[in-house]
Amino acid sequence: MDPRFVYDSFVQLLAGVPLTLELTAFAFALGLLLAVLIALMQISGLRILRIPAGAYVFAIRGTPLLVQIFLIYYGLGQFRPTLQSLGLWQFFREAYWCGILALSLNSAAYGSEVLRGGLQSVSKREIEAGRACGMSGLLLYRRIILPLALRQSLPAYGNELILMVKATSLVSIITMMEVTGIAARLISETYRPVEVFIAAGTIYLIINFLLTRAVSMLDWWLTPHLRGMSTIGKAEQAK
Amino acid sequence: MTELLQLVSFGPGGWGLALLTAALMTVAVAACGFLIGGVIGAVIAWGKLAGNLPVRFSADAYTTVLRGIPDLLVIYLFYFGGSMAVTALFNVWGETGFVGVPPFAAGATAIGVVSGAYQAEVFRGAFRVLAKGEIEAGKAAGMSPFLLFRRIIAPQVFRHALPGIGNVWQMALKESALISVTGLVELLRQSQIAAGSTRKPFEFYLIAGAIFLVITWLSQRVFSWLEKRARRSMAGGLA
Repeated sequence: MDPRFVYDSFVQLLAGVPLTLELTAFAFALGLLLAVLIALMQISGLRILRIPAGAYVFAIRGTPLLVQIFLIYYGLGQFRPTLQSLGLWQFFREAYWCGILALSLNSAAYGSEVLRGGLQSVSKREIEAGRACGMSGLLLYRRIILPLALRQSLPAYGNELILMVKATSLVSIITMMEVTGIAARLISETYRPVEVFIAAGTIYLIINFLLTRAVSMLDWWLTPHLRGMSTIGKAEQAK
Repeated sequence: MTELLQLVSFGPGGWGLALLTAALMTVAVAACGFLIGGVIGAVIAWGKLAGNLPVRFSADAYTTVLRGIPDLLVIYLFYFGGSMAVTALFNVWGETGFVGVPPFAAGATAIGVVSGAYQAEVFRGAFRVLAKGEIEAGKAAGMSPFLLFRRIIAPQVFRHALPGIGNVWQMALKESALISVTGLVELLRQSQIAAGSTRKPFEFYLIAGAIFLVITWLSQRVFSWLEKRARRSMAGGLA
């Protein structure tokens, strides 16, 4: 163990942080949009929407992310002529976009389950109150149901964000040079896996710590009605 | 469709047998990792619950760190780090050159170390469900600590931990796909080989995904059967 070398690797690995964060942010945002859609399909009560959404969640959650990444990046390359004629080849040629696509499709499946719980937690009273004010359909969802559901799901969805940061490391296998990709290169160049591991691990821990803090601050900001209340009061409110 | 069936046939030119063997390898490496994780998890959970301050602190640090860094980094650490250590050891004996650790051992250890962190949290949560009175009653009946553990603590903790343990097993299964980077011929690696030699990556990654889906679905069935069985004695209760 050589602290000097740990520091040097740390500095080199920092170059990968922007890409890690970029992948996380893009895939997380896209995944969240899809997750809302899938969760709404799941609770719609219409078989024609519920069954495909359920099948999607089952298939994604039952297979490893790396298989999904390979299927999109290497698998779709097989259909190059078709994709070229559709003008989509520019997109599927890049490991970057394939990675973001795979990560967001994956996160959407896990996230939709979290949101489904959040949507189901919106009480009838609030929906009825909205209706009584004359809201319907989209307006009811936009003003009442979705904000409440998202706020309720926030702590659990925060975990999704951490999982996403960790998941971006897999994109290094399809040539993306984010933190883990640089770490793998450093290991094979220097044959000092322990030091590189400590440096890379520290970077991920710092990122995840900061994100966890950010999520709990957001949660605090969004729940002014729970502040200054005892734990029991919070539990009562949460019901 | 017939083409797809031909790819997975067991005859000459078919990849059926190779994929089946690889699927067994996936289950084997995940199961070994999961068992190692069970032992680690039990020790860490005990440290969190019963240890003095330094022990508790180390146990907490273990779970925080290993749940916060990507699994892929841990796999790199054990594969390359293990190989470094073994090589150094062999060099002491006068052997020269690079000696690799078996990918199976490195992979199972890596899965074990990560899944141990998650299992510790599951065990700890389940332990808290135990009523203090039951432990006191056992002591009052003259049970030794070991007997108390075997008759009172373990059965109840196990029962409450089952759903969480099921999730950790599914994680271990999916994580095992990452071990393909070390060259262990498990399901994903075998699909890569087949995809390379037939130039049909889409079909083979789809097949790999389908086999993973079958394995995770079967595991889910086994765990829900186990949960049902474990609940027999609590018929009528809420849990």
